[in-house]
Order: sequence, then structure tokens, then C-alpha cells
Amino acid sequence: MKLTLEVYRQASPDAAGHFESHQVDGLDPTMSILDALDTLNDQLVRDGKEAVAFESDCREGICGVCGLTVNSRPHGPTPNMTACHQRLMSFHDGDTVRLEPLRSAAFPVQRDLIVARDHLDDVVQSGAWVSIDAGTAPDADTVLTTAEVSERALTFAACIGCGACVAACPNGSAQLFVGAKLAHLATLPISQPEARKRARTMVAVADANFGPCSLHGECAKVCPQSIPLAAVAAVPKERIRALRTDAHSANG
Amino acid sequence: MTIQQQTTTLGFVVPTSRVVGVSPGQIVDGHIPEGDPRTAWERRRADYKLVSTGNRRKFTVIVVGTGLAGSGAAASLAELGFNVVAITYHDAARRAHSVAAQGGINAARGRKVDGDSIRRFVVDTIKGGDFRAREADAYRLAQESIRVIDHMNALAVPFGREYGGTLATRSFGGVQVSRTYYSRGQTGQQLQVAGAQALLRQVNTGRVALHNRTEVLDYVIDDAGEVRGVVVRDLVTGVIAPILGDAVVLATGGYGSIFHKSTLAVSSNASAAWRAHQRGAWFANPSFIQFHPTALPAPTPEQAKTTLMSESLRNDGRIWVPRTAGDDRDPGQIPEAERDYYLERMYPAFGNLTPRDIASRAATAQISAGRGVGPQHDSVYLDFADAMDRLGHDELERRYGNLFEMYAHATGEDPYSTPMRIAPAAHFTMGGLWSDYDLRSNLPGLFTAGESGWGYHGANRLGANSLLSACVDGWFTIPNSVADHLARRLGRTPLTPGDPCVAAAVERAQQRTAALLAVPGSTPPREFHRRLGVILYRGCSVERSQQSLTTARDEVVELREEFWKDLRINGTGHGLSITLEQAGRVADFLDLAELLCVDALDREESCGAHFRVEHSKDGEAVRDDDNWSFVSVWESNPTESGPRQFTRHAEPLDFATVHMTTRSYA
Repeated sequence: MKLTLEVYRQASPDAAGHFESHQVDGLDPTMSILDALDTLNDQLVRDGKEAVAFESDCREGICGVCGLTVNSRPHGPTPNMTACHQRLMSFHDGDTVRLEPLRSAAFPVQRDLIVARDHLDDVVQSGAWVSIDAGTAPDADTVLTTAEVSERALTFAACIGCGACVAACPNGSAQLFVGAKLAHLATLPISQPEARKRARTMVAVADANFGPCSLHGECAKVCPQSIPLAAVAAVPKERIRALRTDAHSANG
Repeated sequence: MTIQQQTTTLGFVVPTSRVVGVSPGQIVDGHIPEGDPRTAWERRRADYKLVSTGNRRKFTVIVVGTGLAGSGAAASLAELGFNVVAITYHDAARRAHSVAAQGGINAARGRKVDGDSIRRFVVDTIKGGDFRAREADAYRLAQESIRVIDHMNALAVPFGREYGGTLATRSFGGVQVSRTYYSRGQTGQQLQVAGAQALLRQVNTGRVALHNRTEVLDYVIDDAGEVRGVVVRDLVTGVIAPILGDAVVLATGGYGSIFHKSTLAVSSNASAAWRAHQRGAWFANPSFIQFHPTALPAPTPEQAKTTLMSESLRNDGRIWVPRTAGDDRDPGQIPEAERDYYLERMYPAFGNLTPRDIASRAATAQISAGRGVGPQHDSVYLDFADAMDRLGHDELERRYGNLFEMYAHATGEDPYSTPMRIAPAAHFTMGGLWSDYDLRSNLPGLFTAGESGWGYHGANRLGANSLLSACVDGWFTIPNSVADHLARRLGRTPLTPGDPCVAAAVERAQQRTAALLAVPGSTPPREFHRRLGVILYRGCSVERSQQSLTTARDEVVELREEFWKDLRINGTGHGLSITLEQAGRVADFLDLAELLCVDALDREESCGAHFRVEHSKDGEAVRDDDNWSFVSVWESNPTESGPRQFTRHAEPLDFATVHMTTRSYA
């Protein structure tokens, strides 16, 4: 199988970007889009050129690092699937495939297809944790948590932090990511004591770094973990709960 | 029970190595608390020196790696009030490869009436490791496992629960009880994200400085031989600089990706551990490598990644091959009478849940005999037809839904109706940097945690003990033993970047990077890695022989010399270069690979995953406790070129509460 890869190149965070076109031969339809990039890179290095910088690690859809834009779509043509699982069988022999970094003002390009997604961790750092130190936890069976509650929490906790939701959103919103975190932590009894404070800080940091949600729903179409769109509703829900508590505290 | 102290340490005799270039070394002390291993950890903790709360902020601990062991070590030390510098080559702490573990985490909570207990856990772990691990370490693993589950639950890991609300468990290979806690098929991800979030909580307090996209290239070692810092390369700017501290904890994972085709992530590497070895840190049992029996065969030779399918699938899937070699009929067309459910036949007590080394070897034997299935005849079937009849589609989906989906993505086949095809692939490394009972390496100030060390698992690791050992090391062992180290160094003058030992370390790292960039060749590093993988799979994998290993060693030496003549990177090294990163890692693999072969050649017995065909009877491993009941502890001696020279030290292994028996799962 043969493809023409039109690849975005940018030498450093401050440099200007451009597209380069390369033909890659000898591909197999079962290969992933990242395997095609590996093949291109071996070819480039042999030709005395610098390899295309791109990110990937586990290649089994769970580490969340391999975000890129394939033909204008985060991760690639197949919905709800990481780039490492996007197979070349989605394309025809001889096709031209355009590869770009995940595109969002919140994700500055570091080099070629690699972006910085640090703002996602800024949100996590501000409150997506539980203040219990090593060794001080209660017995895990003392707070009974039904299978149903645990499964619901896991549906949201499944987020792999790839940032495709942000790149897919016309507003550059991280509402699906933030909502998934808030919903996961608000669902489990063990993490509920800090729910109000968490909602306030995380939403403030998200607002400062990402765009607002206007319910386009593009995020859920690309999310590799199929986080339900309902997660976006957790953001206003948890924020309102936090505000109500604040009002109560102010009155009392 | 009375403790039977075996006296092998007194008058301990080490067999002389028959391997070219290996010199005899010393008897190594593992600093295991004397006496009953069941109370060893409690007694050791009571003996550790402490740093008072007010003095903790005077110390800085460098933790390399942010996986389950590293994030736990960094977070727990910071919770206590120490300053921590956490380093990861990933863009975010959460990406570390602990994230990919699927099936679960063991704990000896023993709540059920299935006969589980601390002792049962230890027996299973020691026996599973074929009596090549420390017994006292296994007790610590079992004892702390209870707090690990409580702690990770408190960090909001959504563990599988029973309908009544209590924690659910499943069974894993090599045990007959049910002690594995899980989050669907993404236990590693849930634990890893919880650990990374606990780490970020400490970043938020200011006690942890987190360096993302930063790779450790070398170590700062002072005139007294103590490790006092690391030299790192900023992977975005290319700048090489020192980071100084009072202790360094390596939690950098395993080196299974040395085989190129492995279940590991493509960036997983041995470099931080190997460069510590080059600075004098000993390496234990390097050839003890686990081949996971339920990986997917890679579809093309180009692809490094063999996707892993969780061992938990063996709870309900049945493994078989056609009785006749070369039977290429569709699996559905092969009648029951013409199938060989070989694990159930050979090991009726454990059936499809035999430990991984046994399952991998049995699969390899079937494939070698021509009974492998699939287009390349390189795999065996894992069949869920019986489970579909017994449990139904919905229950199977509830138990394994995301694994089945992952399989369907990877292969285009539906495992609900067609048996999965699985094959052994390089996975976990039981070997690693040597450390004593307190996780101290032989270099003062350098500690190991998790898979980068060697502890607990002996010659074969039981499923779901890996997430556990990473958690126990990181959250519950390192904060104790590192504090003891620091307490003895209160008031020591800190190093400054201008000190000669710091400048020397930085210069070594710069020279190394420059040397890689200067090779005037034409071949990308990935190609060398691919060829190394072929050599190692042929010579040093599920089965090894003196001949296969000797050949492999020669081929590795040859490939290494070719690498340093024919490598091509392109670029200046200033700024982000994924080719330079790969080249550095492959260069280290090429060194480590020789030691794998040497260790496997040296150990004239079969134990666990180390199966020497010369030391087997009727296809089963023949262990030699009279001569080889010790940990091989390796030191590399400086050599200019050609085959390397090594010294083999030995740490004797004694067992007081577990009887050394021939391992049987029949």
C-alpha cells in the first residue's frame, strides 16, 4: 500500500510551520497511522533528513499520548478511537493523508506533531485529588459502594487525558475532560467530602485556560473512551452545588 | 509453626562461571532482618532512623519515573514534608506504562473463606518465582498489600464491587484463591491516574517540583561514592544540566522492550537503570524475563507493539490447539475430539490458570511442534465458546467488554464468536538493579522501586503482583528507608553545580550525546533495535540453550559494533529529536543485551522463566538448589570494545517458612 503523507513541520515552539509532502511505499492496511509515521521516519533518516517529531507510547489506546490530527479530524477517521488504533485500511491505496498536531490555542506546538497539553494537568493539579495521605486511609470495605455506583464512576474515570475533546471543540473547551473528572470524583463516596472546593478550583482553572462549552457535542464524537456527553453537564452541576454551599456558608 | 533456618549462608559455595569474560565476585549481604521473616518488616521499621518533621524540608529527594512506584514514592515523601524533584520523560506524569496494566492488583486481605492468608500469599509468590526471590521481601509485599488497597481506594480508584457494596475479586494464574482486585480491564490506568493525581496534589503544595519531558542521562557521584544527583536532558530544548539532591530513587520500570516486539510502550527503556549500572550499581538476575502468554501476535514484522490481553481472560477462556500439526481448518470446523486443551490436560489442578512461565513454555512447545494456528502458525487459541454457553454474552461483556473490544480493534475479529489468537511476548522483567531489603542499591544514596528493581518475583512473577509491588515500594517502603538514609546525613554540606564531581557528570552526558550524533552512518536506530529483538527472541527467550545463547552473545557484540559505525540520527541535538532519544536507548539496550545472554549462559539450571533446555526433564524445568540458590549480582568491568567483561557476585537465598520443593501445578 502506498500513501502520500502531507505532514506539518515546525522546528521549534517559536518557529513558523509549513507542510511537507512525502510518499511512503510498502505499507500494510493493518498498520496504524503511527506505524506509517515510523516508516516515513526511517525513510527520512536514511535520506539524511530529520525525523518527524510525533508522540506515542503504549500503542494500545490507554496512555493517551498519541494525539494528532488526521485529515482535519483529531485521532483519525474512525470515531472514538486513538490514533494508535486507527488502521490504514480506512484509506485507499494512493490516498493523500494530511497529518497535523492537535489544533487548539491551549495546546502550543513543541515540534512538528507534538503539542504541550500541560493545561489539562493544570486543571487536575488544582483539585482532582483526594487529601488522604499514605497509610491514613480507612478500610476500603467500610464505606459500602455498590457495583452500580462504582461502574458509573468508572465510566467517567476512563478518560485517558488525550485532549482530543479540546481539539475537536470549535470553542477549544475542555468541558468533557473537566466534567469527566468532576463526575468521577463526585460519584464515589470516598471523594465527596472535597467535592465543593474541587469544583470551584478546577472550573476556575479550566475557564482561565480553555474556551467555554456551547454544547456542540464534537468532543464526544472523538473521545477514544466514549465518555458520555452527559459529562459536560457535571461542570455546571458541580459548580452550582459549590455555589449553593458558599451561599449557605455566607449566611450561616 | 517452627522455623527451620537453613544454613546455606555458612559455607556457601558459588559455582565457578564457565562463561568467557566472567570473574568470580563476592558474597553479597541483602541486609535482611535476622530471624523470623514474618516479623522482619515490623522489626526493621522500628529500627529505621527518623527525620523530625521540622528537619524534613532540609532534604531533597530526586525520584526518577512517575509510574505507580515513582508517583507513590514522590507523593508519600512530599506528604511527609520532604522536598521532592520528580522527573519523567513523558509529557505528563499520568502516561507512565503502569497505565497499561489491565487485570488487577493482588492483596492478601484474606476476607473470604477460601483459605487465603498472608502465609498463603507468600507461599504462592515464592513458589511462583521458583524460589529465587527473598522470602522476607515477599512477607512485606503481603503485609503491606492490605494498606495498598485501602489507600488506592481512598484515592478514588473505582474498584470492582459486589452488588452488596464490598470489594470484588477475581482469580489470576498460579493461585487457587481469589485475591485480585480490579477496575474492569483498566486497573493499571485507574491506579496510575490516582497516583499521578496524588503527585500533582503535592506539586500544588509546592513540595514537589515536577520535570516533564526530561530524561536522566547520568548520575552525580561525590568523592565518597555517594549518589547526590542526576544529569538530565530537557527533551524540548536539548539542554543538559544537573539536578542535585540528597538521595535518588529510580522507579523507571522494566526493560522488556529490549526485545523490540514486546507488550511495553515504545518509549519504555532501560537507560536510567543501565547508566546507573555503568556508574557501578549492580544488576540482579538480568535474564529473568517474563514472556506473557496472552499477547496478540504482531501482524507485520515492522510493528514493535504486541498488544497484551489480560491474564484475567484465562479465568473463563480455554486454551487449545488442533491435535494435528498444520490443521488449517477454521476453528469452528475442528471438532472437540480433534482439539488439545493442553494446559487442562498437563496441569489439571490449575488448568488454564497455570503461572505465566509455564503457560508460555507450553504454548511455545505447541507452536514449535507445528500445531500453532493463524496465518503464520505462531499462536494458540483462547476460546470463549464454553463461557458464552455458561455465562451468556452480557456477563462476558461485563467482565471483559473492553478487552474484547481492544482485541476486535487490533485484529478485526469478534472474540464472542471466534476464538482469540494469542502468543507469548516479552513482558515483565523480574531482574533489575540490585537492591537490598531496604531497596538500597550498592551505591549509597541510590534506591530502586518497582519493576526497575529486582525484588519479590524471583524467576517468575505472578499476575497482579506487579502493580502491587510498585505500590508497596513507592507508598510504603521508600518513605521509610529513604528517611533512614537522610537521617544519617543531617547537616551535610550540599553539592553545588560548580563542584568537580558535578561538572564531570555533566561532561560525561554531553560527550555521550555528542558521540551518538557524530556516528557517520546511514541506518536509523529503530532498525538496530529491530535486529536486536530478532537476535534475542532467537537466542534468549522462552527457551535458551548454551548454543543459542553463545550465538546470541556474539551477534549482539557484532551488532553493537555496527551500531557505533553505521548509526544515523541527523540534526544537532539542540531541541527536540525523537531519533536522538531512540538512539541513546538502543545504545544502552545493546550493552544490556550482552549481559542478558551472559547471565542466562552462566546460570546452569532452569528456574521459572529461565528455561535452559539442557536442564529439563520431560519438558519440565530442573532447578538446582544445591548450586544455584542465589541471586546473580552483576558488575560490568570497563572494556574498550568487543565482548564485555563482568564480575558475578552472589546473594544467597534462604527460606525459613516456605519449603523448597519442585514446583508442580499438575
